[in-house]
Amino acid sequence: MSPDTSPLMDDAFVTALRHDLLKFARLQLRNDALAEDMIQEALAAALAGARRFDGRAALKTWIFAILRNKIVDHFRVSGRVTNVSALSPEEAGLDQAFEALFKANEHWARDARPSAWGDPEEVLVQQRFWVVFDACLNHLPASTARVFMMREFLELETAEICRALDITAGNCNVILHRARNGLRRCLDKNWFSPESTRC
Amino acid sequence: MLSCRQATRLMSEAQDRKLGLAEKMSLELHLAMCKGCTNYRAQVSFLRDACRRYLADVRDGRE
Repeated sequence: MSPDTSPLMDDAFVTALRHDLLKFARLQLRNDALAEDMIQEALAAALAGARRFDGRAALKTWIFAILRNKIVDHFRVSGRVTNVSALSPEEAGLDQAFEALFKANEHWARDARPSAWGDPEEVLVQQRFWVVFDACLNHLPASTARVFMMREFLELETAEICRALDITAGNCNVILHRARNGLRRCLDKNWFSPESTRC
Repeated sequence: MLSCRQATRLMSEAQDRKLGLAEKMSLELHLAMCKGCTNYRAQVSFLRDACRRYLADVRDGRE
């Protein structure tokens, strides 16, 4: 491929690519201006090295990796100034809601016992599910969401998250557990209509 | 004997680290008797699947 026909010179390709990069960055950063900046940086870095790729899919995967690394670096730096282990009122609220699911003996209260969600494959192909999923993710408190997304979307191991955010492994586990409980409750309430399937 | 509350904690951690033998055995013993926690485990694993799918869709430009 000659430099003239680099996919990064193709407006349609770049527009579609930016759209996907932005979706990924916004989800992680919750800040549109910052997301735009990071995408700009990632594209600039890609432009400098893009000639090594001769397939658009490979190029896109590579640019996503550049963006991912930039976001991880950003969290590493900002993680030092925001104390993710401090409990905000929203996070305390999630913990209270979780505790309320159990009886005094720590077993599920009768109407809080998790019900079957059915076949995941059937759920994951429904467009409307993703609207709810997106809303539930965005509904998580900021620090809780950050740790969860570092784990699930930046695909970091918990040890790497602990190092990046300067928190203990125990703390990391507590936050991930909180995030999963918050998400499962949100999805249960808003997607898996609880009345119909409770046992 | 694990409580359901303790079991949920272990099921979450199982997504992030390999559980020790004793942890695994007490969890399996609990799950064998507890439908609620068995459903909880499926839900936590659903969350992982959903995140993977979400990520793949964004990367591949599917809405």
